[in-house]
Amino acid sequence: METIKNHFFIDTRVMLGRSMRHIFRSMDTIITVTIMPIAMMLLFVYVLGGAIQTGTHNYVNYLLPGILLIAVANSVGYVSFRLFTDVQRGIFERFNSMPVARSAALWGHVLTALVSNVMSLTVIVLVALIMGFRSPAGVLSWLAVAGILAMFTLVLTWIAAIAGLSAKTIDGASAIAYPIHFLPLISSAFVPTSSMPSGVRAFAENQPVTAFVEAIRALLSGQPVGNNIWIALSWSAGITVLAYIFAMRAYKKRG
Amino acid sequence: MSQNEFAISVQGLKKSYKNVPVLEGVDFQVKAGSIFALLGSNGAGKTTIVKILTTLLKQDSGHATVNGFDVVSKPNNVRQSISLTGQFAAVDEILTGRENIIMIARLRHMSHPHQIAAGLLERFGLTDAADRRAATYSGGMRRRLDIAMSLVGNSRVIFLDEPTTGLDPEARMEVWKIIKELAGSGITVFLTTQYLEEAEQLADKIAILHNGRIIVNGTLAELKQLFPPAKVEYIEKQPTLEEIFLTIINKKTNV
Repeated sequence: METIKNHFFIDTRVMLGRSMRHIFRSMDTIITVTIMPIAMMLLFVYVLGGAIQTGTHNYVNYLLPGILLIAVANSVGYVSFRLFTDVQRGIFERFNSMPVARSAALWGHVLTALVSNVMSLTVIVLVALIMGFRSPAGVLSWLAVAGILAMFTLVLTWIAAIAGLSAKTIDGASAIAYPIHFLPLISSAFVPTSSMPSGVRAFAENQPVTAFVEAIRALLSGQPVGNNIWIALSWSAGITVLAYIFAMRAYKKRG
Repeated sequence: MSQNEFAISVQGLKKSYKNVPVLEGVDFQVKAGSIFALLGSNGAGKTTIVKILTTLLKQDSGHATVNGFDVVSKPNNVRQSISLTGQFAAVDEILTGRENIIMIARLRHMSHPHQIAAGLLERFGLTDAADRRAATYSGGMRRRLDIAMSLVGNSRVIFLDEPTTGLDPEARMEVWKIIKELAGSGITVFLTTQYLEEAEQLADKIAILHNGRIIVNGTLAELKQLFPPAKVEYIEKQPTLEEIFLTIINKKTNV
């Protein structure tokens, strides 16, 4: 038992290094998680933005929180995919028949999602700055934004892990990505919810992504955050715990 | 020291999936330093036995010890002293051959992973391909890399689950040669196969698993005695297709 404790961090680091290599060697992943959100940002700001009334004069400022969340959402399909291939190829069996800390393989994938999102989100924010994004937010607010985005990544990653570990086919593993991609679109990410028909509006205003969008937007524009940050955090804490339990259960079944 | 004579010892092993019994009381022992072949048709439960012995799966009842350690109560000691080469070559296709071995060496907490990798790549004739991604390897190369990964560390027992399934004849003979060398160096090899010739070529002892039980277990000579004595017949010896194939591609057929 003591060997497990001693090696957990070393083992997790090896696993992290491994899947980071997977990301850097996959053009497809880099395009989906970094280039696509940037392309979307360009499209919305320079093509559609002129026609969107948000009540702010700088649409990039309004849009950026949603784009950041979409970038995270895009990345989690790959988490399912990578976990599924590890199960399928017998890689997990190999690790589990070795004196390796049991959950290190899983944590390696989760940390990879966090680290790769930090990288892609940084690039996206830099592009937004070039496009005219400006924020009065101080260091503390930026740290809060980073924290919220990390929570959002964790929630989605653990949900994606369940799909990747329990799916029978590769299509099943990736299917989880579609509803997750869709959620940011039906939120206040691109347009204020007040412009939506009442049914859609009710959904958009009460789904978790809107709370995330509003919390990040308020922090970045130097407005009072209000309840949104607490709503966002309680959603994420609740879902993360549930998803973690189910993902671990699926992992043990496969291991 | 009499129990150390046996690297693997299995008594009354039972396992059912849902309500379907797969193993119904399996008993056998494997002498240290020998090659033991477990024969059986598809679905006979060979892989189930391998999974129980490599701590990936728990039996319903019965006992199994590997290198003197109980697989249920001392799984970490078992993992420390074994290696599993699963049914499908469990190599990371996105990593290079060298990176694959280094990863395993790190996970086994060895002190000079690069040196270990260089040595094993050389030994398995993979030096030229060492820095290519494993995805570009042929089936035979992939299997050699797979076995090389299993030899990282000081495993005294190596489990090979159908190591030659899906390989061409040339690659199969390469794997046979490797297995013989392993046993020559004092490692115990536990091998499962569907190919009778493979067991005949390699194994010191052969056991046949059928309907959840070991129905015969002995040396090839002992097994032959179970059948009617050989009759003398004069037949024209036609070359087998395998011999033709190997002659044409100009390879030695002797293993």
